[in-house]
Amino acid sequence: MDDTPFAPRDFSVHPPPLWPDYRSTHLRAPQQPLLQMPQTQTEMTGPTFGHAALGPLDSDLIVNYAAAGQSAQGPRILVHGKLLDGQGRAVPGKLIEVWQANAGGRYRHVNDGYLAPLDDNFGGCGRCITAPDGSFAFRTVQPGPYPWPNGGNDWRPAHIHFSVFGDGFAQRLITQMYFEGDPHIARCPIAQSIPDAAALDRLVARLDMDRTVAMDIRAYRFDIVLRGRQATVFENKPQGT
Amino acid sequence: MPQLKESPSQTAGPYVHIGCTPQMAGLEARAMGPQLGERMVLGSPTGDRITLDLHVFDGAGDAVTDALIEIWQPTPQGQFTGDDQFCNWGRQATDLTSGQAVFQTLKPGAPVGQAPHILVWIVARGIGLGLTTRIYFPDEDNADDPVLALAGDRAATLIARKTAGGYAHAVHLQGPSETVFFDV
Ligand SMILES: [Fe+3]
Repeated sequence: MDDTPFAPRDFSVHPPPLWPDYRSTHLRAPQQPLLQMPQTQTEMTGPTFGHAALGPLDSDLIVNYAAAGQSAQGPRILVHGKLLDGQGRAVPGKLIEVWQANAGGRYRHVNDGYLAPLDDNFGGCGRCITAPDGSFAFRTVQPGPYPWPNGGNDWRPAHIHFSVFGDGFAQRLITQMYFEGDPHIARCPIAQSIPDAAALDRLVARLDMDRTVAMDIRAYRFDIVLRGRQATVFENKPQGT
Repeated sequence: MPQLKESPSQTAGPYVHIGCTPQMAGLEARAMGPQLGERMVLGSPTGDRITLDLHVFDGAGDAVTDALIEIWQPTPQGQFTGDDQFCNWGRQATDLTSGQAVFQTLKPGAPVGQAPHILVWIVARGIGLGLTTRIYFPDEDNADDPVLALAGDRAATLIARKTAGGYAHAVHLQGPSETVFFDV
């Protein structure tokens, strides 16, 4: 275990608990400020996952719910990137889970009643473990935008939900990946609840022609940064003493 | 080394089950691997088996029926390293109708310098950044716990209730009995 504590969380990149334009926050936002506490062993440790926990097709959403010989409908995309820590170092061996709507904007979920049809060959769930260089990749189809009940004519930008584990539970993160050029990002109360435009921009994946495979699949690049550890304090001792 | 800012958090939304509890979402029929975090007691570990019943309530007093709850706890020996008999991490979604989440686990022991406790992490629609709280036990000596002491007169919101099979605990997201959530 790395005994270096995590640096204090920088809340300027995160949505505040209460965001009036996002109505679900009204009854769910704590009204008291978070209580600051020193990190203990509890927060500095967390679960680890091996490849044995995953199925062979877990990172391929194009086929992992499809009948034999079939594949999901929609624009085929490869979502790839690196999991990094606050010092820019690769974070290997960590579980990343994704979930998303299908190409029509419909979730395979009992509570989603949107008009767009389900795709018999698409489940919308994927998982992988980051490689030794921190990289990860999913094959999937580009999800569609979808309407949601928020009091008005609200449509979510196309997005993929990401759940990420780090070394310690203090790093646990759930976020969403958006797509470059989507006009709904600027209109979405959930995306716009992020107080810093530059921070939101880091959730926007870029079309990556270098990893795009001709006649097969387009690639989008999405890097994820976990909360960093406190900077190491070096004693400023003169050489040779 | 460059200093990179953490990626912003976003809500898990109401369909978190698809990604995190796929069997509950009905995705078990196809080629997914096992549902992670469902079972904590894996074999016949040493320690007291307990049932931990959790509820999450919103500011109107209604049960939150679309939350995902993860817990992280020491073993009965106070260690954060499990083995093939026990997993220190568990994950359950609150029931889509009742809002209850049930964990079958072991009573945690005391880590060095702390009273026995369980870390609880909650995400849901309407929660932009996951909420971290703790559960302590009414039948333990909590007097010297440094974290519980910080909660002052709100410490009672962190202490579970004894039941026949273990413990029950209610998390209140807001209101007069709002649970203490931590900035770790
Ligand atoms: Fe969504």
